[in-house]
Amino acid sequence: MKARRADGGWPWLFVLPTFLGVGVFYLWPLVKTLYDSFTETGPFGGSTWVGAENYSTLVADGEVYRAIVNTVVYTAIVLLGIPLAVLFASLLNRPGLRGAMVYRTLFFLPYVALPTAISLVWRIIYNGEYGVLNQALKVIGIDGPSWITQPWFALVAVALLGLWMSIGFNMIVLSAGLKGIPGELYEAASLDGASRVQQFRAITVPLLTPSIFFLSVVTTIAGFQLFDQLFALLGPTNPVMPKTQSLVFLFYDAAFVGNDRGYAAAIAVLILAVVGLLTAFQFRFQRRWVSYD
Amino acid sequence: MRITALLAGVALAATALTACGGNSGNDAGDAKVPDDPAQVKGDLTYAIWDVNQQPAMQELVKAFNAKYPNVKVSISLATFDQYFTKLKTQGSSDNLPDVFWMNGPNLQLFAANKQLAPLDGLLEDKQVDPANYPQALNDLYSWDGKQYGVPKDFDTIAFWYNKKLFAEAKVAEPTADWTWDDYKAAAAKLKAALGPKGIWASGDELGNQGNYYPAIMSNGGYVIKDGKSGYGDPKSIEGLQFWSDMVKAGYTPTAAQNAETPGRERFFSGKAAMMWNGNWLVSMALKSPVKNDLAILPLPKAPNGERKTPIHGLANVMSAKSKNPQAAAAFLAFLGGKDAALIQAKAGAANPAFNGTQGDFVSSAPYALKTFIDAASQYSEPYPVSKDTSVWNKLETDEVAPAFGGDKPMSEVGPAVAAKMDEALGKEK
Repeated sequence: MKARRADGGWPWLFVLPTFLGVGVFYLWPLVKTLYDSFTETGPFGGSTWVGAENYSTLVADGEVYRAIVNTVVYTAIVLLGIPLAVLFASLLNRPGLRGAMVYRTLFFLPYVALPTAISLVWRIIYNGEYGVLNQALKVIGIDGPSWITQPWFALVAVALLGLWMSIGFNMIVLSAGLKGIPGELYEAASLDGASRVQQFRAITVPLLTPSIFFLSVVTTIAGFQLFDQLFALLGPTNPVMPKTQSLVFLFYDAAFVGNDRGYAAAIAVLILAVVGLLTAFQFRFQRRWVSYD
Repeated sequence: MRITALLAGVALAATALTACGGNSGNDAGDAKVPDDPAQVKGDLTYAIWDVNQQPAMQELVKAFNAKYPNVKVSISLATFDQYFTKLKTQGSSDNLPDVFWMNGPNLQLFAANKQLAPLDGLLEDKQVDPANYPQALNDLYSWDGKQYGVPKDFDTIAFWYNKKLFAEAKVAEPTADWTWDDYKAAAAKLKAALGPKGIWASGDELGNQGNYYPAIMSNGGYVIKDGKSGYGDPKSIEGLQFWSDMVKAGYTPTAAQNAETPGRERFFSGKAAMMWNGNWLVSMALKSPVKNDLAILPLPKAPNGERKTPIHGLANVMSAKSKNPQAAAAFLAFLGGKDAALIQAKAGAANPAFNGTQGDFVSSAPYALKTFIDAASQYSEPYPVSKDTSVWNKLETDEVAPAFGGDKPMSEVGPAVAAKMDEALGKEK
């Protein structure tokens, strides 16, 4: 007791910088955004209290529902990157694979590159008339669509890009998870006559579930933040945009095009609520399938 | 990860918002320039968005310093996509740059929110004389009876075409007497001859400034008048219908096709034979593989025999809350002067707004660039703006451009857009 008291306020002093950072950059904006969502705020500030008006507009706004559907579809497609990454990661972790480092670098590269820069390159690849993708499809006899200007194709195009960019990160996390699986388990399994596929299903996947769970939480959160690829790949003046816009795009539009920051704040609160709910839901249901043994 | 970045962004915006005070404080509008330049002191920030023009802007600062040695000007560059977002955030926290570029659609928003200093003091002392610039630009940069911007440069629209493609298709070259019907008839022939080779008759981008504003205005319609939308006006609708017909006939790429490959890129790579577009493309033209095949004419005439182009240009403006209003006013006055205009023109940066200084711009390319200058003085109309221009500009990109060539006739699309635009205009206070 005495020793602890002798510390005085020192521990607090050391925590202060972090605490200040979190307070100023996370907690205060959160409170401020919540407050703003109940006001009418112009492009240069100066707000008036309007109660729940922004929220009633939000509920009546058909664009919001469309954006939610788009965001969910996008997130669902990007989540498919996790099983793919599990497959690739376990292939890459096979003992004795030559050039594993090269493959790892190749897979991880898209994650390190700037999303906007990647999107601009993919804009060229996806181009309906001159793009590499459709040229390649033509070789096998398929007449490719205009990927970035037709409603569902455009959303899928953005999502495929997101999936491709996510695989590198997924694989790093999963590789770490794979390294943690004791080799004896595989030895014992092969002595018992389990095939490679059986080992994968009975040992690899169950023991990877903590990593898979982590990835699905993080990917879902990131999916609901979809903005930069959408903006850069499709372009803000693309006629397909009203049909493919995400929730964050709607937020940007309200705040910086519509100059209606109060409404934008309400959209931000909605995003936070949806992400919060989904994450809580995932944590609740993890008990059923994640094994920490 | 990403959420961190977003939260940090929201945080910055939020702190900026909270820092916003009232609109009181010193008004830089009365700032006058002292007679002795050496007395003017202080640091200034000058914000711009075009990296191509940065060297010319640096030269301007140098020339300014030859006269005012005790003012230090630093140039701050942000790309156009972020420029106004950044300015709005800076404005929320009273941190606007002292002097900065402004465009038409944003002027009223900034002026009405008391972010800009009116030019009263400078005009009174004849440091800036509006008579030196095209009247339409002075009007564009005025709000509520006061002028806020010193016109920097201007752009108008003309008819660009590729002589070689016309020859290849064996279609007679256009003349200055062409009408819309001639444009359409030539497009039909060009399409028949060049279409199979993957070449478009027109590389028109279905943009407001380049395509449908000039069509609406030439035909005697209007985009906005007395705070009301002109999209329901029958004359405006005829102007829109012209473009819709061009798209429907397959002469002009649709808005979606333009979103993938902009018309200008088709035109400058020899994949389109003609287009309506502005003088901001001159430097792109000179770098293109078809640079020796290009020519420029005045826009084709509407059926009523008229041709009109919107005129738009940038202006330099001064923050209402500049900490060095005298220095800012001196710099603004210098930027609006003849010397500054000539420096800009010589650098090929932009077509200066100062009357009679466009000679260097006109001779910067082997095309009839004088067309753009004559258009400004002979048949230009002010660029349509209101206080919240970006709100209905979005309506235009979302609903007007994609409707061209569609199944709905413009007589249905126009009034529907007008109704929504009027609703948006009604919300402006």
